[in-house]
Amino acid sequence: MKVGIVGYGAYIPKWRIKAENIAKVWGQDAQTITNGIGVHEKSVPSLDEDTATIAVEAARNAMKRANGVKPSEISAVYVGSESHPYAVKPTAVTVAEALGLTPYVTAADTEFACKAATAGIQACLGLVKGGYMKYGMSIGADTAQSAPGDALEYTAAAGGAAYIIGGDGVLAEIEGTCSYTQDVPDFWRREGSLYPKHAGRFTGEPAYFEQIVKCSKSLMEKLGTKPSDYTYVVFHMPNGKFPLKAASILGFDTKQVTPSLIVQKIGNTYSGSSLLGLAAVLDRAKPGERVLMTSYGSGAGSDSFSITVTDQIEERRRLAPPVQYYIERKGYLSYSIYAKNRKLFRE
Amino acid sequence: MSATAPPAHWRRMRERYRLLGSRCETCGATFFPTTKVCPKCRRKGKIAQVEFSGRGKVYSYTVIHSAPKMFEQFTPAVVALVQLEEGPMVLSQIVDTDHKELKVGMEVEACFRKLFEQEQSGIISYGFKFRPVNDHWGKYYDNKDI
Ligand SMILES: [Zn+2]
Repeated sequence: MKVGIVGYGAYIPKWRIKAENIAKVWGQDAQTITNGIGVHEKSVPSLDEDTATIAVEAARNAMKRANGVKPSEISAVYVGSESHPYAVKPTAVTVAEALGLTPYVTAADTEFACKAATAGIQACLGLVKGGYMKYGMSIGADTAQSAPGDALEYTAAAGGAAYIIGGDGVLAEIEGTCSYTQDVPDFWRREGSLYPKHAGRFTGEPAYFEQIVKCSKSLMEKLGTKPSDYTYVVFHMPNGKFPLKAASILGFDTKQVTPSLIVQKIGNTYSGSSLLGLAAVLDRAKPGERVLMTSYGSGAGSDSFSITVTDQIEERRRLAPPVQYYIERKGYLSYSIYAKNRKLFRE
Repeated sequence: MSATAPPAHWRRMRERYRLLGSRCETCGATFFPTTKVCPKCRRKGKIAQVEFSGRGKVYSYTVIHSAPKMFEQFTPAVVALVQLEEGPMVLSQIVDTDHKELKVGMEVEACFRKLFEQEQSGIISYGFKFRPVNDHWGKYYDNKDI
């Protein structure tokens, strides 16, 4: 049975803040920063948006593209995030209720820094392929937190993407997946802390590159594929530089990466990052084209997927707005309004 | 919409999450919020649940500068009477726009937002609000290099 993506949907909040407006507040040089991280502006949620609302918007777009799938046929909902609105009470139940999937559905929140939702996709693949259900859904969404003045403030953004996995009406087949996981203390947030801590440059070599490169290689070896077999490659995008470097280590060229490199315009959407990159690729890919996607979650691990787009893509993607629409739908905020929206002022 | 205890919050939740209302199968009239009786057909009416499309037009609106504490953060907030395409009138905040851009007759669509939070440690209530419609995104698929 061909199993893969039956529907996908994106959502990015409307508001943006420019890197130069953040730099001004902290007395840093905007040019140096944007050159260093390759991010010019990032998305900011409205006061009434959070991971649950972003997940619902993305999931509703995925339902539109999963033409003909009835809500009652989706029997699993996973929401991957590191900014779930409640410490205890799943985001996934709100999403399931808002989509009308309840009550005969399993729902859970997944956590693994920025790769929590690709873990959810793997769970859906297993449940569908094992014959336990017809369709499952996994959503990655975040309203990423960053301490005021921290380097992360330039990139920590908001957005999400949803994927419906099934064996009927597949618009992109997932031919294989594998993972690579190690205990690496590159980025963490303790219970009760408002903002994450990170190990600065340490996030690069032993963390991001080690997992992304080894995981991607291992999947290509397993499937007998090589970089030139893929039209597109999508990586987790903590900044605008890391994905390009990972691509070059693996032997992909820049052209294969740039269509998914949306981080420059919206920042790092954490659990939404690689999945929004994949959505941007599905918005333009032709039938028969192949995509390699590798997520990354601090702590640390990667999940790789090898995907082939089917001839159903062209008709179905038109049923919901593309990532590019959300990137261009924007309004700018000053640092002070941004601080209000992100609740940086506390009583 | 005011602060509600968990049971009351829960009873109205589905209506707010999915914009559920009622339809009289005898005369075709639609209602929001849900109703048990059709005022026209009375005992002859047959009421069924309906999920509205979420599309509608701004019937009238006002800008709130001074709001109760719970909604203070949203001021100046645009609150409008939205006439759904199925007929019922719904009172809701309009988001992702500025009151200067708002017009009577403007097309809007439902979106999913936080309605209010009961303090820092209380329940978060979610539900529909409305935002301006943009139907022009189809053009991105016709441009080969999006
Ligand atoms: Zn009636």
